[in-house]
Amino acid sequence: MSENNIAPHAGHHIKLSDDSLQKTTTTLNLGPTHPATHGVFQNILEIDGERVMSAEPTVGYIHRAFEKIAERRPFSQIQPLTDRLNYCSSQINNIGWQTTVEKLVGIQVPKRVDYLRVIIMELARIADHVVCNSVVGVDTGALTGFTYVFQYRELIYEIYEEICGSRLTTNIGRFGGFERNFTEVAWTKLNRFMEIFPKGWLEFEKLLNRNRIFMERCLGAGPITAERALNYSFTGPNLRAAGVDYDVRVASPYCSYEDFKFDIPVGTTGDVYDRFMVRNGEIWESMNIIRQAMDKVKELDPNVYHADVPEFYLPEKKDVYTKMEALIYHFKIVMGETNILPGEIYHAVEGGNGELGFYLISDGGRTPYRLHFRRPCFIYYQAFPEIIAGGLLSDAIITMSSMNMIAGELDG
Amino acid sequence: MTNEHLKNRLTEKFGETLSGFEETYGMLTAIVPAAMNLKVMQFLYDDEALKFRFLTDIAAVHYPDRKGEELCVVYHLHNLMDNVRIRLKAYIPIDQPDIFTATALFSGANWMERETYDYFGVNFVGHPDLRRILNVDEMDYFPMRKEYPMEDPSRVDKDDEMFGRGGSF
Repeated sequence: MSENNIAPHAGHHIKLSDDSLQKTTTTLNLGPTHPATHGVFQNILEIDGERVMSAEPTVGYIHRAFEKIAERRPFSQIQPLTDRLNYCSSQINNIGWQTTVEKLVGIQVPKRVDYLRVIIMELARIADHVVCNSVVGVDTGALTGFTYVFQYRELIYEIYEEICGSRLTTNIGRFGGFERNFTEVAWTKLNRFMEIFPKGWLEFEKLLNRNRIFMERCLGAGPITAERALNYSFTGPNLRAAGVDYDVRVASPYCSYEDFKFDIPVGTTGDVYDRFMVRNGEIWESMNIIRQAMDKVKELDPNVYHADVPEFYLPEKKDVYTKMEALIYHFKIVMGETNILPGEIYHAVEGGNGELGFYLISDGGRTPYRLHFRRPCFIYYQAFPEIIAGGLLSDAIITMSSMNMIAGELDG
Repeated sequence: MTNEHLKNRLTEKFGETLSGFEETYGMLTAIVPAAMNLKVMQFLYDDEALKFRFLTDIAAVHYPDRKGEELCVVYHLHNLMDNVRIRLKAYIPIDQPDIFTATALFSGANWMERETYDYFGVNFVGHPDLRRILNVDEMDYFPMRKEYPMEDPSRVDKDDEMFGRGGSF
């Protein structure tokens, strides 16, 4: 047993084998099944007492070969794959994919569709941040906040269920718009959510924001400087917590985000507390955006919910039974026989974790030639060993949950 | 800074070695010889007018028909200050898929290059830890290459004829 063959890559600075009398650190295996990792992540840590000396993450436990599958699926069948990337905010992934293909092919959607999409995406962002922040609370020991705010996430799911039928992995929307108009019940549920959520979230903030125990746990834990964050290609709330105000919604607006007025919360030290506060701020900004969108939608024709693109958007069923063109379009769309314009595009949206990019190469066939997802979570997780090195083990746990590691987005 | 200006700066500095300038959907694309990828990225990083200091993504594409340059490594860079993006492509042959690593310039390139190695077998010369990241370590082929089918053809338990697919789909 002179070879440390359990953790061949852990502890780069530790060259001693496990049974060497000079080895002063302990090799600890965190995961892949562990209640604190919130997903399947394995980390082999070298710890000296309570301090983490180095970490070696292993990812890929939920790798499902989406990029290979996408080369074999017609474009509308790729949308359910995108659901399963960041599954806490899958609506943003769906709409990101729709906007990518619409940009490639040149589909212009009506304003009402844009505003409805904004409402859906901001609700998804709220749901994602609610999960992340309440779970940071759980990891510091505050389980109450988590159980209370999950009821609000339930309300968001009921809104999605009313619109598209599903709750978590929604496959919401189609190329050109939505599969059905928002019903009266959906608007009622949305209005109710907007009425009661602010009070509920304020209660959660009162529990934790200025709570001495929470602040002492989180302040100074897992910090990262803006320079290192940019070098690691961080995006999203983690980058904004480090002080860089880069947000794809502002830099390259899509879905008429330029019509909305909202602020971007920014932190300073990039530690757990800053990430927590940035996500809190983003929840308030998202609610602000949803309110603006709801007002703007009131002024538009309520019967418009998709663009007129018969090649991509399924025709009305009654037309399919009576008209020849509708029948042919229906057949072609469902069987995936529409040939997509050849071209190469990189389109990014602001996902719950940062810049979610779609690099799509089409060769003029019915499936993509190459589809690559730029997954923000995968890219910033590589900074995790550097962030936690030198910190305490308990700080490593809350750092991992505050960085919002979603296994689906990590592995793709 | 417009794409035209960017293209002029690049041709001024590198002349004929850069080719294939295209502007698709607002993004300038340039083809860089594989041996020069770091030189071009370093220039784009250091130049005070260009400032491409953010690496958005590294990906690869396999073109089996381009003999001698089957694998294409694609770098997306971003100038956050002026909000300009650029795409650089470097073609490398599949029997010797070597290209210099960008990890010295961008720490974020580490896992991006490991993923590209895992999927396509691109050998990033100088990478501190080039091994598979998402697939199992024992895998001995590069699954995203076009010659590998999506489903495992050696499976005997699935009867594809009954599923409406059959044969080589």
